[in-house]
Parts: sequence; structure tokens; C-alpha cells
Amino acid sequence: MKTLKDVRHGHTVRVVRVHGEGAIRRHIMDMGITRGTEITVRKTAPLGDPMELTLRGYELSLRKADAEMIEVE
Amino acid sequence: MAYKIALAGNPNSGKTTLFNVLTGSNQFVGNWPGVTVEKKEGYLKSDHEVVVVDLPGIYSLSPYTSEEVVARRFLVGEHPDAILNIVDGTNLERNLYLTTQLTELGIPVVIAVNMMDVVTKNGDVIHIHRLSDELGCEVMEISALKGTGIAEAARTAVEKAKARMHPEPKHNFSGSVEHAIAHIEEAMAGRLPKGQERWYAIKLFERDMRVIEELQLPAELIAHIEEDIRSCERELDDDAESIITNERYNYITALIRECYTRKNAPGMTISDKIDYIVTNRWLALPIFAAVMCLTYYISVTTVGTWANDWAANGVFGDGWTFFGHFVPGIPSVVENALTNWGCADWLVRLVVDGIIGGVGSVLGFIPQLLVLFFFLAFLEACGYMSRIAFIMDRIFRKFGLSGKSFIPMLIGTGCSVPGIMASRTIESERDRKMTVITTSFIPCSAKLPVISLFGSAIFGGAWWVAPSAYFAGIVAVLCSGILLKKFRMFRGEDAAFVMELPAYHWPTPRNLLRSMWERSWSFIKKAGTVILLCSMLIWFLSNFGVANGRFGMVTDMGDSLLAAFGNLIAWIFRPLGFDEWSCAVATLTGLVAKENVVSTFGVLFGAGELSENGAELWQRLSEMFTPYSAYAFLIFNLLCCPCVAAVGAIRREMHSAKWTLFAVSYQTGLAYCVALTVNQLGALFAGRGSWLGTAAACLVIAGFLYLLLRRKKPAPVAEEKREGAAV
Repeated sequence: MKTLKDVRHGHTVRVVRVHGEGAIRRHIMDMGITRGTEITVRKTAPLGDPMELTLRGYELSLRKADAEMIEVE
Repeated sequence: MAYKIALAGNPNSGKTTLFNVLTGSNQFVGNWPGVTVEKKEGYLKSDHEVVVVDLPGIYSLSPYTSEEVVARRFLVGEHPDAILNIVDGTNLERNLYLTTQLTELGIPVVIAVNMMDVVTKNGDVIHIHRLSDELGCEVMEISALKGTGIAEAARTAVEKAKARMHPEPKHNFSGSVEHAIAHIEEAMAGRLPKGQERWYAIKLFERDMRVIEELQLPAELIAHIEEDIRSCERELDDDAESIITNERYNYITALIRECYTRKNAPGMTISDKIDYIVTNRWLALPIFAAVMCLTYYISVTTVGTWANDWAANGVFGDGWTFFGHFVPGIPSVVENALTNWGCADWLVRLVVDGIIGGVGSVLGFIPQLLVLFFFLAFLEACGYMSRIAFIMDRIFRKFGLSGKSFIPMLIGTGCSVPGIMASRTIESERDRKMTVITTSFIPCSAKLPVISLFGSAIFGGAWWVAPSAYFAGIVAVLCSGILLKKFRMFRGEDAAFVMELPAYHWPTPRNLLRSMWERSWSFIKKAGTVILLCSMLIWFLSNFGVANGRFGMVTDMGDSLLAAFGNLIAWIFRPLGFDEWSCAVATLTGLVAKENVVSTFGVLFGAGELSENGAELWQRLSEMFTPYSAYAFLIFNLLCCPCVAAVGAIRREMHSAKWTLFAVSYQTGLAYCVALTVNQLGALFAGRGSWLGTAAACLVIAGFLYLLLRRKKPAPVAEEKREGAAV
């Protein structure tokens, strides 16, 4: 399974499924990461975590641990 | 008849600006019941019959965060007459997600598309009428910043509120989902509040635990509904919560395609360019350090100190010169006036030393607070605050704190009061509470005289004393983060760091000044009430007592009630190595302001006026303390309950007496344990330890390690979730 965590900077991927459960998963989906969404990975923070993404026309930051729950194509 | 309009929208959508324009200065700030989320209400400027309620900035009406729950409870429970939904026009897609949920509540919704000036400048077009037809509610174009369109939007919302209609949402889910929802509505017939059937049915479909709890459905009914949900889930190969979210977003994507014409393909915006440098791998930390130094330097070191000195030594001190004219300070003016009126000496002393002295030392912080809050408001409003969280998250989340906890801690090195109040920028309620509790562990500038006195008197000015005090403070913060997180009240899933990085923009001076004033004013009010009472109480206790067999004002503090009380509680500090009553009294007076610890020793030892480093006291102190009991005393005073002003700030931020009490007890308890360990182990290594003391110290260490290392129990949310699934 390829997850968002493995995507290199500057690449754009499409979401297959959001794994996990509970509040964090719902929050991720509420922010617009749903099946079929295109996400561009912009960069990671200077200390290596979290990541900065572009999706649905805005910038979102997400921890790598949470990015691991997002399966991508 | 009063009408209620709820103002709802995403964070960073310009909601606060709109609220300020709509209500002007007719605002009341309170907090939502049960949570430390700020509640703002105000009368509409153009129509005093209408109350506008500012809901917290939210992305969704999910049942998870306290902000969302508060908003839901208000919308569903109190049923406002209309919702004014502010939507960021430059980020329509994500903003409309909340809109699709708001339209299901059976309350008329008016959408105000904000930042239209930016949209137009980019050459983009939003087809308002189309959007209005599709969503089934009025859509207005506004710019909260420029002030355009707001009056019309407000008027439309008021009209809708007065018409009292129950609109039907136009947006539909796919066939199989609608089928399941219809089934649920049917099964629940008569059990759901009128006009809100669809909202409840969708929430039941999502297995929303709060709604299930609220409705208290019989088990067979839940099982019946569960069947409908399961079959829909099988058909769409996904779980119900994702199905709803996906479909909402798919609907919006289709809507945007029709209603939004983009002129240029999205390229590098100005915001992207700024972020290219500001959150750059190599430059981010240096830039962050520079911004923090500048903020700290201006608000605490230069302007802050200058203004503080003026306020504390000038206005509330002897006096100050204004363009060459000497202006006497408030205390001397009041003292002269009272003496001239022939007031009793004790009354003069109470007013001048007790009230003006106590409250004045607190109000002396105001200029510093104003400067600091101005900077914080700027950092917050321009968008840099979320970048700080982005940069610092990695370090702080290890200790259960937020990336934004750094700012309160840094400011806390100057003064805990603004530090504690700066915690308001932290979104997660749990992180905010933990930051409020731990900020005063960082030695503030008032604790420095205490550190330097003991460093010189006992440790011969050793270089390591001051750094070790800061180190102890930082370790206390970090350990508390880990430790508190494991208690039930702080438990719960780690607040997700799924955070929007909003586009940078210039804040308006009006908004900055307003935010600065609001925060400072809430502190001034506190100074006028709680802090005033405490100052009077401590003044009374330290000036009255029994001398020569009768009760009255005493000249020697050794005869005062405070000293008697100190005697009474001195035994508590025996395990810490300082059981002389003067130590207890010094600690108590330290509650007014920590630098009082030094001056109290001065008074009690009869040293008279103290020099800068308190050299007059060294001899007595070194007789009284052993090195380890001195260090224990120092640590205790640094970590224990902070000064009255800081406790006032804690109370202000916690919105709860219970939480304030918890914070203060935790701080004092921790201070006691650490000081005890320092003293007992110090004695042990010096070869003078007792087996009882050593055992106590070992017990404290063992207990501490247990609390620190024990496994975190699973979050209650997850438990409920599993129970729900089992049903």
C-alpha cells in the first residue's frame, strides 16, 4: 500500500482511501482529503515533520503519522 | 421580540472582522457552558432587535472537537432564526463543505461570500445566482475588510430570520444513500424534532455518537437502522462517515465547476512565494528565531521595560517627569490627600500600600501587555502564527504540548501573566489548558532577584545557579506535559495536527487594536477584582497582629498575623529543609509578587534598605540554610503557585474556578515533591540524611517515574466508538 507519507516533494497524487478511525480520520476527511482528491506534496517542515500539502486550492499541514493513514495511487 | 442570527464559518474566513463590523462595540464576551471556548454575542448595529451570536470558527459539524460540539449544540438546541454563513471566496471549495451541513439544519441560511475584492482582483468570477439556485439559499458578495456588501447581507439575514421559514435543503446524496436516509427518517417517525428530521437522519446514518446518546433510542430500533446503514456501506464499499463526506465534497466539486470561472491556472501566489522563504528548510528556523527575538525584545526588553518602569515607578511610584514638569505618582498624591482629610493612619496605609501598591504593581504590566498583544494579534492575523505551529510542532508534540506552546513559554520568561494570556492562540482546548498550567514554571523576571540572592548568598555566585533554575523550569514543563496527558481529564486522542496554513494577508490596524484592547481589558478587570481583594488581604495579614497583648496594627512584621500563620504552617516545609517561620512568610508574600521573597527577608532580618544583590542578607541566609535546603527553597519558590496576577490570568484563561484550583494545586504539589527530593537527597550525599527522608524522596521519585512512564489508557472517544460499533 502506497501512502501519502511516501510521496516525494513536488509530486501530485490521488487519494484511494483514508484508513484509521475516530476523530483524526474524520478531521482529515472534513478538511477535504476524500476518495479521488488530488494532493500535491509541497515540503516538510525544517525538523522533518509535519508535511505541507496543497489540495482543493488551499494549503494544509499534516503529520507524517497521519499521512500514513492516507492510501494513494 | 428579539431575533437571533448565528454567524458561522471556517477559521480564517474573516468571521471576526465581519462580526466586529456588524455589531460595533455592542459586544459581550463570555464562554460557552462547560468548555473554555470563547462566546461572543452582540446586537446588530442597524437593528437592535437582532442578536448576532458568533460561533467558534469550525470546518465541520462533526462530533469531535469542543468547538464543533458547542456550535452544534447551539444550532440544533437553541435554533437561531437564521444563520449567516461567511465563506471565503478565494477558497470556496473547502468553505462550502460546512455550508452543505448548515443547510440541513432546517434554519434559513444566508451565505456571505467574503474576500470578493481579492477574487475580482485575480480576475475570477463567481456566478452568484447560479450558486444561490443550486444551494437553495441567498448568496451575497461581501468584503469584510473593505466593508462592502455587509449591510445588504445583514439585511437579508434579518429578513429571513423574521420570516421564520423552514427551508428544505436542495442538495441530495446519491440514490442509495438517500434511500437509507429515507428509511431512517421513516423508522424514526415521531421521534425527531420537527424541521430537523433530515439533520438527525443523516447524523444517525453517520453513527454520530452524540446524536445516538441524545435520542436514547431502544436497542431494536438502533439494530434496525444499522441494517440500512450496513447495506448501503456494502453497496458503496466504504463506511458511512466516509460516504457522507465524499458525497458532500463530490457535490461541491461539481458545483464549483459550474459556478466558479477561474481566469488563470493557479500558479505561485504571493503567499506561496512568502512560504517558499519563511518555511524553507534552512531559513525557517533562523527567521522564526529572529521574529521571536524581535517580538520579545520590543515588548519585554525595550518598550515593555521602559513602559513598565514608567508605570510602576512613576505613575504608581514616586513620580515621573513630563516635559520637564514633575508629576507626582498616584501613591504620594493619594497619601497627601488622605492625610489632609485627616484619615486614620491605618486607612492611609491600607489604601496606599495595600490597594494602590498591590494593584499598581499588577497594573504596571499593562503597557507591556498592550505592546505584546499588539504583536501577537499581528502574528495571528497575518497568518504567521500557524507557520510557527508548523515549524515547532515536532519538538512540542513529543511532550503533549502544541507547537504554539512555544510562544507562551518564551513570553513567560519576561512575565507569566502575558505568557499565560498568549496561550489563547492555541486551538486545542487540551493543549491550551496544559500550556496555561505549565507556563509559570519558566522563571519570570520577578523570580530573577530570588535566584540571584540565593546564588550569591549560599552558592558564592556560582555560574550554574541561574541556568539550572531555567533548566529546572523547562524540565518541569516538559515532564508535566507527558505526565498530565495521561490523566483522565487530559486524555483523549492527541489533537490531530491537521492544520490549515491560511494565505498571508495584511491585517487592518483596527482589528489589531481591537484584539489588543480586548485582551488587555479582560486583564484590567481581573486586576480590579480578584487581585484587589488578594492584595488587601495579604496587606492586612502582614500589618495586623497581636503585639503587647492587644490586637492591632504592628510595626514589627514578626508580630503580624502573617507571621503567626507562617509559624503555624512552617512545619509543612520541614521535609524541604526550611522550617523557620521567616521562610514560610517569605513564600507567602511571594504570592503577591515573587520579588517580595527578597524584600520580606530584608524586613524580617531588619536589614533596612537592600542593595541590588541583597548583600546584607547573605550572612543570615547562609546561617539558616544548608546548600541543599537553600536550593530546595529556591526550587519550591520557582515552581509553586505563581503570583496573584498570574493566578488571575490562569483564572481568566480557564474560565473556571475548579480548573484554576487544579492548576495551582498541581504547581504547588509538584514544587513540594521536587524540593523534597532535592533536600533529602542533598542531605544523603552530604552524609546527613535520615532514613525516613531518603525513603520519602525515593517514594516521590518512584511515583513520579510511574506517572511519567505508565502506559496511556485508550482514549474514551475510541471506547465509545467501539461500543457504538458493537451495538
